[in-house]
Amino acid sequence: MPYEAWKDNEYIESLVKELQENGTNVIVGSLDKLINWGRSNSIWPLTFATSCCGIEFVSLGAARYDMARFGWEVARSSPRQADFMMVAGTIVHRMAPVMRRLYDQLAEPKYVIACGGCAISGGPFRKSYHVVKGIDEIVPVDVYLPGCPPRPEAMIYSIMQLSRKMKVEKFFGGVNRQEKIKDFLATHPSESCD
Amino acid sequence: MANIQEKIAKLFPEATFEEGENLMVCIPDSKWHALAKTLKEDAELHFDFLVTIVGMDWTDKLGCIYYLQSTVDNKMISVKVTTEDRENPMIHSVHDVWAIATTFEREVYDFFGIIFVNNPDMRRMFLSIDWKGYPLRKDYDDNPELNPVPKENERQEDTTVSYVETEDGKIEKKVLNVFEPNDFVVNIGPQHPATHGVLRFRTAVDGETIKKIDFYSGYIHRGIEKICEGLTYPQTLHFMDRMDYFSSHHYHHAMCMVYEKALGIEISRRAQVIRVLMDELARIASHCLFMGTFCMDLGATTMLFYTLRVREQILDIMEKTCGARMTFNYGCIGGVMQDLHEDFVKDVKELLAVLPKNIKEYNELFIGNVIAKGRLENVGTLTREDAISYAVTGPSGRASGWACDVRKTNPYSIYGELDFEEVVYTEGDSMARTKLRLAEMEQSARIIEQLIDNIPEGEYCVKVPKVVKLPEGRWFQMVEGCRGAFGVYVESTGGTSPLRLKLVPPCLPLANVVDHLTRGNKIADLITIGGSLDYIVPDIDR
Repeated sequence: MPYEAWKDNEYIESLVKELQENGTNVIVGSLDKLINWGRSNSIWPLTFATSCCGIEFVSLGAARYDMARFGWEVARSSPRQADFMMVAGTIVHRMAPVMRRLYDQLAEPKYVIACGGCAISGGPFRKSYHVVKGIDEIVPVDVYLPGCPPRPEAMIYSIMQLSRKMKVEKFFGGVNRQEKIKDFLATHPSESCD
Repeated sequence: MANIQEKIAKLFPEATFEEGENLMVCIPDSKWHALAKTLKEDAELHFDFLVTIVGMDWTDKLGCIYYLQSTVDNKMISVKVTTEDRENPMIHSVHDVWAIATTFEREVYDFFGIIFVNNPDMRRMFLSIDWKGYPLRKDYDDNPELNPVPKENERQEDTTVSYVETEDGKIEKKVLNVFEPNDFVVNIGPQHPATHGVLRFRTAVDGETIKKIDFYSGYIHRGIEKICEGLTYPQTLHFMDRMDYFSSHHYHHAMCMVYEKALGIEISRRAQVIRVLMDELARIASHCLFMGTFCMDLGATTMLFYTLRVREQILDIMEKTCGARMTFNYGCIGGVMQDLHEDFVKDVKELLAVLPKNIKEYNELFIGNVIAKGRLENVGTLTREDAISYAVTGPSGRASGWACDVRKTNPYSIYGELDFEEVVYTEGDSMARTKLRLAEMEQSARIIEQLIDNIPEGEYCVKVPKVVKLPEGRWFQMVEGCRGAFGVYVESTGGTSPLRLKLVPPCLPLANVVDHLTRGNKIADLITIGGSLDYIVPDIDR
């Protein structure tokens, strides 16, 4: 993939523009940059897979695609130690509260990648009586990754886009995505984790 | 078959017979239990393997079709039991004849609401206890407002119900406990790295010893069978990639064969050879991944990197021909989707050259390891009788001494002409199940070696009608998947979509037998036993 094409992401550009509209304080801005540099280079995934996409995630961890190159290889089995969850596979009615609970248990700041057609919209199973039509009904999603299943290269691309998003975040002052998530959670209450 | 029919007609004068692919016996519910006992215990009949129970809704009546196979001479028979009561449909249970029936009947209850009298566990299986309606019935209301996406934790009960017939013929509802009142129950899953997906075991333990496991599934139940009823026949094929995603070629093969059988299509020799080659390549890839993930579960993480090396090589071969790494969608009615890639023969030969070295390496690295021996030998021993009764097919069944390879018992495609051995071990423990898969990889390589130099010329896909309409009737086809015997049952009324499409997954019995195998073992062995059975959860749930 040529670098120009990789950088071509209108959404992130508009996000950066929105965040920098009012300018940034020199000291606070530098601190933000330092924190973001560290965080965006060691994103730890949660081992969470329900179906086919999970096997491609296994391939991503093995020698050929080797996600350890980017600092993502520390897949945690407990959500309390992970930074993001890659929702790899179909989410059905019975799984929905469980997934929401896992999301609630992730340590802040947390991110979600909707991996594959099923997680985005229900995919080939959209007509089913027991499938959730897109996980964005349940949790806020940061990156949508299409494919059935997406290739490991596509997964690398999606996590890279996530790390780009992390690089422009603000922790000290300004409107940041945390507030948007608060809005989302206020409109999507869950009783699964009190 | 004729003398079986005579024999049953003599013993059960009420029975009627329907001709078809194999003999179908129709029996009233009152005589069903007695017939089941005769079918299994009679030395001449000896139908000891319950392949599946197909729940059916013919609109005017509900019922079940039982597919039975004999392990002596591999003949098949089907039995049809129906009931006209839609409000309170009841059929007698046969859980005391075949152990697997308990679970199969629960599945039918979940989808059709048919109550099995005397079955000790009549709970919902894949759907929650608050689910309204029975989804596979034809009059099911799929309005999403009736069953919305749940926002709170699922309501659960520690009790189950059983409908017991008393001596005077009345049916009583009994509430039973799943666990003993003082049991200490540990929850394992659905989010657990060693359950191979989203499966849940509620485990009653006494100290470190397992007393009972309540296997709880449905966390990836996607309702494939119901979706297929609304699709045309060629459209149903692509779901086969997404059940057991390692056996996608086998599952496509099964479904294509059942449709071709119904349509009377003869496919070209080239297409058959291509299908068999793909099946066997997929089997090697699947067993490689089994070795990797199984060893990783036991703590030997490095093994994954060794085995995925071969798997990636096979995926490259398939990608060149099929265009995808996992969901190939390669088989189609009449043959295969496209011709082999020009590099196919060269690539496969390269694979065959490195494979023996790799298998030797796996043996040296893991099988000979003292820790592996200690953790696998004599752990989770399954006897041959139990393997048959619990319908544990595939490598796990063969490790217990049951020669259940469909490629040998009911040869399909060109398997009858090929020279390969059916590997059967008698130990039945986790070590035998592991070693058997390595031995099977060698046999698969042997099949590929025989075929790779003589792929016949010809068309890869024969002409089929643009609109596929199956004639009226029912068909059943089994193939040997990577994890066991996979079956497809199709019933058609003559239209463009099936009346009923039942998929018979090999992994449901595998997960079901975990309870039987782990009782009395230590909780650490649960990981070994579950891993060595190698079930795939989306295949259980469909």
